[in-house]
Amino acid sequence: MMINLSIRKIYTLLKVQYSNMLEYRVEIALWAISGIIPFFMLNIWTNNNLNESINISDVMLSRYFLCAFFVRQFSVVWVVFTFEEDALLGKVSPYLIQPLNPFIRYFAQHIAEQITRFPFALIIASIFFLINPESIWVPNLNILFLSLIATFLSFIIQFLIQSIIACFCFWTEKASSIERLLFIPTLFLSGLLAPVISFPEYIKSWIYFTPFPYLIDFPANLLSGNPAHTARSFGMQIFWIVLFFPIFKKIWAEGIKKYTAMGS
Amino acid sequence: MNIKKYLKVYTKFLNTSLASELEYKTNIIIDLITAFFSLLGSLFLLSIFSKNSGYIGGWKFEQALIIQSIYTILNGITNTWFNPNLTEIVKHVREGTLDFVLLKPIDSQFFISSKKINPSGFLEILLGFCLLFYCININQINLNLSFICFFLITLFCSIGILYSLWFFISTTTIWFVKTWNATEVLRSFLYIGRFPLTSFSFSLRIFFSIVIPITFITTIPSEIFLGIAEKWEIFLEITISGIFLFTSRRFWLFALKYYTSASS
Repeated sequence: MMINLSIRKIYTLLKVQYSNMLEYRVEIALWAISGIIPFFMLNIWTNNNLNESINISDVMLSRYFLCAFFVRQFSVVWVVFTFEEDALLGKVSPYLIQPLNPFIRYFAQHIAEQITRFPFALIIASIFFLINPESIWVPNLNILFLSLIATFLSFIIQFLIQSIIACFCFWTEKASSIERLLFIPTLFLSGLLAPVISFPEYIKSWIYFTPFPYLIDFPANLLSGNPAHTARSFGMQIFWIVLFFPIFKKIWAEGIKKYTAMGS
Repeated sequence: MNIKKYLKVYTKFLNTSLASELEYKTNIIIDLITAFFSLLGSLFLLSIFSKNSGYIGGWKFEQALIIQSIYTILNGITNTWFNPNLTEIVKHVREGTLDFVLLKPIDSQFFISSKKINPSGFLEILLGFCLLFYCININQINLNLSFICFFLITLFCSIGILYSLWFFISTTTIWFVKTWNATEVLRSFLYIGRFPLTSFSFSLRIFFSIVIPITFITTIPSEIFLGIAEKWEIFLEITISGIFLFTSRRFWLFALKYYTSASS
């Protein structure tokens, strides 16, 4: 009975958010385009023969960056910006009355947006394959399945981190600047611009203990067939989720007491 | 007399927007830290790229730093003036408040591109100049007056091109209403301005000098410092900047004819 009800809830939420997202197709297409930085980076890498120093062939590197693009597309999180706006305009108040944590609503929004984004990402990928036909490959089903999970876990880690930051809105009103600060290490250390394996030793020695390489580098390596420490990395992903989830619950419970319902 | 009036209006803008920005003090401090780490991250990336041979696209690491510093200065200018103002256009159009702007006895383009200021970009400009002076030192460049003149001219032209690009994209809001994401696309393209043009493949080089002249923005001012800029390059940059400024102005006036004033 309970399970049935929650399945229905999830289904309705997703359906509503999906139709909502379809309304803004152009916008989402533009989002997809704005994620093409990995391809520019690939261009720098191959054009300057930088991959010689890290022993990855051109083809493997181009697959890596393509996968990095995909992983990024399906792990982009913007909950802090939505929540900040909703909190500042007092839109959170009606959500709080409902027997549903507003973050579940945001979560459904993200999933729906990813579904809308999927065809655009495919189009960009096929253009990429047209230009680089030698890098076409078909990952086997096992790998595909595992990297889907890895990408989803990466999405959840980022969603939890941003939700924690979003809760700071209860105290500071504006939390997006903290997110912009945290985006810097995510950008440079996650493997979006350069694979983690190419980092100098003094960074590689500690980076695997942070959540960053598991956001993009690990799923991208897994999907593209580059060496990825699968078991250990999955373990780390789950470790960070297990760590962040109670923090989020705690800060949400504390923050909600501070809520002042601005603008209403 | 006219200029006097505009100067007076501008000081008023400056006062009000500084006052409202300083309301969120923690925000500004966090933004300052972000700017610092962002520069650190780009330097890190550049060091990875030049680890292999010490060169990137034919530029030595020390020389590529000049491009980096000019990018930082321009990015600071974008964050201080262009970004806060031109993203505001989207809001004006969507909420129909552009009416109030158009009714004021002042040039509408002036109003919407100078209303706001974001003081946290200043640090980036400062950081950029510090890095530039450091580069002048390590590259043993002898400064003389003509050098500085040429540099300032090209820098101003770059600012002009950058402004026009932002203004172009923001103007399209009048038709598409939500172009917030389009500015995000521009942002991701501008990102490649941190690297020398020669580090990209031929087709991308063409794209970035003809379709979106990002090259002119950072590469030419840097070449002046190294004394390898050709006279025609400087001349070309001035011409392009002029064309861009002129057409963006015409485009704005043209777009205004299609403004339908939503929700009023």
